[in-house]
Amino acid sequence: MAKKILLEHIDKPGIKSYEVYRQQGGYNSVEKALREMKPADIVEEVKKSGLRGRGGAGFPTGMKWSFIDKKSGNLRYLVCNADESEPGTFKDRFLMEFIPHLLIEGMITSSIALESNLGFIYIRGEFRWIKTILENAIAEARAAGWLGHNILGTGYSLELVVHPGAGAYICGEETALLESLEGKRGLPRIKPPFPAVKGLYGNPTVVNNVETIAAVPWIINNGGDAYAKIGIGRSTGTKLISACGNINKPGVYEIELGLQVDEFLNSDEYCGGVLDGKMLKAVVAGGSSVPILPAELFFKTKKGEPRLMSYESLSDGGFESGTMLGSGGFIVYDEDQCIVRNTWNFTRFYHHESCGQCSPCREGTGWMEKVLHNLESGHGKLSDVDLLWDIQKKIDGNTICPLGDAAAWPVASAIRHFREEFEWHVEHPHDAQKRNYGLLKSTKEYFVASAI
Amino acid sequence: MLAVKTNKPFNPSEEIQNQIRGVMDQYPEGKSKSALLPVLHIVQNENAGWLSVEAMDKVAELMNLRPIEVYEVATFYSMYNLKPVGKFLLEVCHTGPCAIMKGEWLIDYLKRKLKISIGETTSDGLFTLKTVECLGACGYAPMMQIGEYYYEHLNSEEKVDKLLEDFRMKGFNRN
Amino acid sequence: MKVTIDNIEIEVEAGTTIMNAARKVGGEIVPPAMCYYTSLKGSGGKCRACLVKVSQGSTADPRPMPKLVASCCTTVQEGMVVQNITSPEVLETRKGIVEFLLINHPLDCPICDQAGECDLQNFAFDHGRQKTRYDFERRTFDVINIGEDIKLHMTRCILCYRCTMVADQLTDGREHGILWRGDKSEISTYIQKAVENDFSGNMIDVCPVGALTDKHFRFRNRVWFLNPMDAHRDCKKCSGKVVLWMRGEEIYRVTGRKDQHAELKEFICNDCRFENYDTKNWTIEGPREIENESVINSNHYEEGTKALPKELFSKLNNEKWGDF
Repeated sequence: MAKKILLEHIDKPGIKSYEVYRQQGGYNSVEKALREMKPADIVEEVKKSGLRGRGGAGFPTGMKWSFIDKKSGNLRYLVCNADESEPGTFKDRFLMEFIPHLLIEGMITSSIALESNLGFIYIRGEFRWIKTILENAIAEARAAGWLGHNILGTGYSLELVVHPGAGAYICGEETALLESLEGKRGLPRIKPPFPAVKGLYGNPTVVNNVETIAAVPWIINNGGDAYAKIGIGRSTGTKLISACGNINKPGVYEIELGLQVDEFLNSDEYCGGVLDGKMLKAVVAGGSSVPILPAELFFKTKKGEPRLMSYESLSDGGFESGTMLGSGGFIVYDEDQCIVRNTWNFTRFYHHESCGQCSPCREGTGWMEKVLHNLESGHGKLSDVDLLWDIQKKIDGNTICPLGDAAAWPVASAIRHFREEFEWHVEHPHDAQKRNYGLLKSTKEYFVASAI
Repeated sequence: MLAVKTNKPFNPSEEIQNQIRGVMDQYPEGKSKSALLPVLHIVQNENAGWLSVEAMDKVAELMNLRPIEVYEVATFYSMYNLKPVGKFLLEVCHTGPCAIMKGEWLIDYLKRKLKISIGETTSDGLFTLKTVECLGACGYAPMMQIGEYYYEHLNSEEKVDKLLEDFRMKGFNRN
Repeated sequence: MKVTIDNIEIEVEAGTTIMNAARKVGGEIVPPAMCYYTSLKGSGGKCRACLVKVSQGSTADPRPMPKLVASCCTTVQEGMVVQNITSPEVLETRKGIVEFLLINHPLDCPICDQAGECDLQNFAFDHGRQKTRYDFERRTFDVINIGEDIKLHMTRCILCYRCTMVADQLTDGREHGILWRGDKSEISTYIQKAVENDFSGNMIDVCPVGALTDKHFRFRNRVWFLNPMDAHRDCKKCSGKVVLWMRGEEIYRVTGRKDQHAELKEFICNDCRFENYDTKNWTIEGPREIENESVINSNHYEEGTKALPKELFSKLNNEKWGDF
């Protein structure tokens, strides 16, 4: 059994409640952080742990914390990014729903490190019942003296507020999230200044993903060095992977970074292999925005080494032959799935979620969606494939926030690895409307939804 | 798209107004605009699941904002309905991971079953069908949200039929 | 601080943006700006027309920046080296930006009042490709009135957000804003509501395209047939310094005074703009030299986009106004 950090106690009955959570050693890190450590020591431990942001970008958390401006004396805020909406990702939801106190404990310990007295959990609006769960957990923690005024008599005070979003993927981008938290439209800000200098209400702010914050208590209890020993290389610790798509056992798994992708996909401990014994066609390893990889490149890097579930191994080969660990949204496609259709679907998603602030993303995502819809429905031209390639290139890297890149990468990688499938759609327009490329041996009727 | 006015004033009860003030007080002094998103959720709930111009104007008044600030926000976020909806809003996920696990079938089945298109409401006013982008339940696809909760693994006609029947009963009981 | 833009070295104060450093040099190396507006706080960064390449970050950290940066909101560093028109990558990207901006633009220049003084027209002329590759339906809107004096052609809007900033920063309350999101975003009042306050007319001047037009001027003349004259009057609300756009004795419209970057130097009030069409109300200072490079100062459509040489330009102007 692999090392479990976040989900160590997930099977204990009643772990959702404060009492059971406390019995398992919950909130010990708060006591340790307040009584035995200085804020700088906590930051130091997190730095030592090598913990990297679990929201997708993988930025070292300790370093992010050390950027926060403490000198100006302005109020500081910790904001938890629980706006989980990347297609394929549902790990934060799992944590918050089933072990909410872990996040609350992490918020308190992290707030102590940042010397912040007010923290926010920005949760996506659709998670209505989870908002209630978190608010109940906060109330329990307050009743037990872990929140509020003068915690444990140390003079430290902290309040936590759960703030619901209202349906906008873009608010997962940290500055858009802050705008939204200020009661405005979720438009990403122009950086610099970064939130660590000028964030919420213009004050120094740290925005961290749920899973990142939830890893902090363990690091404080066991030390950064202990955490750094888990995992592989610079990918330290464990990561929650939310596995979905055509697999036998979809769900959220905690893995030690460095696990072989083959084992993750095929062993019964994790995904349990491709559904219905079909062949694997492709995998999106880290949420919809990371490049899709065909089966052969997924299992082995270009150099022929077995690929591992780690930041480095998954991105081995760059975008030419690699992908990214991203947020850990693991989507598996069997041999019957249509890459063109999936690319169209993802592009529609990014088109729908583009905030509309900067022109390449606002106009480009819609254009790509329309071209892809033509291709998918058998109305495409061969030149459309090159056109798509050019549009994504014009978006990639030229936008205010990473949503533009996120929209461009799936299109680029699909064309890079599955170009013949796009061309098949053009050359076989009638077949394209009825069935999929590669679906020759399947007798199942393939359903093509009408254009939306 | 045009704004929908009802010409009926929206007057929240004292209890709701207190709830709104409570939410505004959670934020630092002078930053009560932060409460706009949660307040709009509360008001939408009170206003039969959608935000009329009157309701938004009331929010502006209660929060001391200009109406346009409220309209800007309400139109940005997809969870705010700016047109009347049925008693139960079926928000079906149609993004990739659901789509490859019978998500498209689910939408098609609901259309046929309820005899409505996306964006329409059944003639009895019970169900409105809406497609939404990823709800973060990819491993439990296909799924939809109805009100507070998610309903997952809706991969067979029996499951969908039963779910709709349960809600239909609830709808009648409430009447 | 020393910076180099397109091989030209210039000394600027710390905190200056690349855009403003380039504007100090002037000429071709000034990146185009569709959303940035010096006097509007928070403007810029959105249109991505001014993207430039930073091939050396600074003397201290000479690494190039990984992506193209928006020159209007990136401050210079000591020893920074910037490439604008000397970078093929920048020019190629700009071609893309023009194409994106034109996707949902009607290209109705022949019937648009802004034609001839349109930032988008100039930008497309300088940086665009001849033909669009977009063959889908464009989004369209009905033309609506926002108030007594202003018409909104949302179809032409490129969503630069400048007019909302005018409303936020110049007037006592904003009635219009950006609604919806993505490519469905639109400038609107949501409910039919008039935009009424003393400085709302400046929205027309800051609009880079013909989305917000002066209702009194609509379809009455082409800008290049009019003679722009500097004029002033005593005004309690604003400086009263304006440009009168005249043909013979008749004032066709009144605007603020724009500099060579097509930005207003001073905002003027609606009284000056919409209420004084009689020359008796004004002290006319003389012909205005239009500094911005556009068809008004070119006054002809010959090849190239180069403005006429300065001397020839003022000579022509003198001839033109000789009989005034």
